[in-house]
Amino acid sequence: MHDRGGWPTEAPIDRSEHELADWELLTDALVGALGGQGVMNVDELRRGIESMPPEEYERASYYERWLYSVETILTEKGVLAAGELDARLGG
Amino acid sequence: MRYRVGQRVRVAARPHEGHHRTPGYVKGKSGSVERVHAPFTNPETRAYGSDGLPKQPLYLVGFAQRDVWPDSRGHAGDRIYVDVFEHWLEAE
Repeated sequence: MHDRGGWPTEAPIDRSEHELADWELLTDALVGALGGQGVMNVDELRRGIESMPPEEYERASYYERWLYSVETILTEKGVLAAGELDARLGG
Repeated sequence: MRYRVGQRVRVAARPHEGHHRTPGYVKGKSGSVERVHAPFTNPETRAYGSDGLPKQPLYLVGFAQRDVWPDSRGHAGDRIYVDVFEHWLEAE
């Protein structure tokens, strides 16, 4: 999913405030730490998000997209083994 | 920095495989340089594990909304501002 901006829509914009859940704050902190340690940068984060299948991208929330990208990029770099997270989560 | 504030520029209409930060809706559109930011690391290479060097000059480019969105129902003077790297700009 690349270059999503500018697509026509008549759907109203949701301007309601959103209280961040703990996992969302942790995701933000995780990405900050990965960047600070030089493991993964923001451009890679964006590329990982763009690699999502369009229907998954549309369904996912903001930080769900971040997590998808972190798993994708870290697996690509060999920091995570393929399927490692699923295995640890009992999936 | 190849361009200066006030200069008319056009965004290259070329397609680009892979990550880049130039929105499709301004490709091929003309605007004017509003601000010369500074050189920044190149996201097109940095997104693939490179250091993004050499840095590329970045500009704030302003467009008339009606040039970008011909069906715009906003005010005639409405503008849209987009950060665009120098290698995506052409002199008019």
